[in-house]
Amino acid sequence: MKKCVITVVGKDRVGIIAKTCMYLAEANINILDISQTIVDGYFNMMAIVDVTNTDKEIQDVAKELEELGRTIGVSIHCQREEIFEKMHRL
Amino acid sequence: MINRYEVYETNQMIEQENLDVRTITLGISLLDCIDSDLERLNEKIYKKITTVARDLVSTGEAIEKEFGIPIVNKRISITPVSLIGGSACRCSEDYVTVAKTLDAAAGNVGVNFIGGYSALVSKYMTRSDEDLIRSIPEALASTERVCSSVNVGSTRTGINMDAVRLCGEIVKATAEATKENDSLGCAKLVVFCNAPDDNPFMAGAFLGVTEGDAVINVGVSGPGVVKHAIEKMRGRNFEKLCETIKKTAFKVTRVGQLVAGEASKRLGVPFGIVDLSLAPTPSVGDSVAEILEEIGLERVGAPGTTAALAMLNDQVKKGGVMASSYVGGLSGAFIPVSEDQGMIDAVKLGALTLEKLEAMTCVCSVGLDMIAIPGKTSAATISGIIADEMAIGMVNQKTTAVRLIPVIGKDVGDTAQFGGLLGYAPIIPVNEFDCSKFVNRQGRIPAPIHSFKN
Repeated sequence: MKKCVITVVGKDRVGIIAKTCMYLAEANINILDISQTIVDGYFNMMAIVDVTNTDKEIQDVAKELEELGRTIGVSIHCQREEIFEKMHRL
Repeated sequence: MINRYEVYETNQMIEQENLDVRTITLGISLLDCIDSDLERLNEKIYKKITTVARDLVSTGEAIEKEFGIPIVNKRISITPVSLIGGSACRCSEDYVTVAKTLDAAAGNVGVNFIGGYSALVSKYMTRSDEDLIRSIPEALASTERVCSSVNVGSTRTGINMDAVRLCGEIVKATAEATKENDSLGCAKLVVFCNAPDDNPFMAGAFLGVTEGDAVINVGVSGPGVVKHAIEKMRGRNFEKLCETIKKTAFKVTRVGQLVAGEASKRLGVPFGIVDLSLAPTPSVGDSVAEILEEIGLERVGAPGTTAALAMLNDQVKKGGVMASSYVGGLSGAFIPVSEDQGMIDAVKLGALTLEKLEAMTCVCSVGLDMIAIPGKTSAATISGIIADEMAIGMVNQKTTAVRLIPVIGKDVGDTAQFGGLLGYAPIIPVNEFDCSKFVNRQGRIPAPIHSFKN
């Protein structure tokens, strides 16, 4: 299984998760784990997703999510999970 | 599974603390390009580099996007040119054509530097070595991306003082040849003692003769990350401080190992080493000097600087070695003056002098790096400074190097501008007492007694 971590940070508003998940569903990317909180009015979401079955290249997914983030006024990052795994797990 | 705090920490390092992979360096052996005909030699070199490195930049960019980690430079190192050109190059001018070929090949594949316009002369020079060294001023003045280095000493062989004397003249001549740009050519010329074969960092990178056909070496950096981590350790004891530096170095190096593995897999080139150096850039928050100041110095250069740097260098290595299967290169803290805002400020204030920098090189990863000195400094004095630095390397069995820029037309009080990652530097005063009788002695300084380990 090939996994990515998606992080969304920005000012809270209606529909951030909806729009992000809509994109993921259309790209055939499955959400494995998702959590969200509000810190000082700022929206903070992290999702671990399975990108094994998507036809898109990961770098394109990252780029499109970034653009989506811009349209809804938040910052969205999509990164391969290994960078976190390598850094924080032995 | 990875949790929110870990993700946050990693992204904080990348976005706020300038964590990056400083360079992916593709080493390419040019030994199979050797030819007795100069034109054919140049053709073969061009073809080999543009074939092997064709996908280097695009691969680097793809990895960058997928992992969300900046990879600042993609670079190439090659077999020392004095070994490749010996048969075809009859004079220094012939070597300059090779430099131009390297520059064109580097431009074609889109890398910003190519290192290996080098000669290894730690004992004696061949005619070919000498021709190459004499061609360096013109080669660096007539190219943009070529970096040059000369290894003039080692613990095993001693110091080749004839080469040291020549290098002093060459540094000066390179400064003259590029005086319109604040003697920028000298920023691409390194004189080494105990040069490693697998250093991915410019300007001193070359592919050693002990290496294979091609190899991927990766340099990671993150002075800002270390500084941020130890900010939380103010007033704590050395054990806690060291532990924090080690853990941070480990995390940073793991990223390098990951990127190196990916690049190696995608390019079909074996992975060589990760070099876990703290390499500063001129931007604020990306400074080794700031780490030393955070450890407790008012300014870098104050008493205690050498001890603090020794500790930092050692902890960086200790944290890094467990994070990667192969650690190599220079691995430690770089202290280039012009590339580090904290160092620049300390020189301006008079806190940091050339003599203190020399002491610091005994314990840092390399040597006297990116230091602008008055343009009037004589070649003999430059050779004297090189000889001192080589002696430190030889006796301490470590790599040392000299990258001095005698800025023609400028003196103490002026500033030299190099631009980009090379930064800017105030001209530092140099001891003006003469050493020419010492430098003009012929021959070699013998290897020290502790080199006999057989």
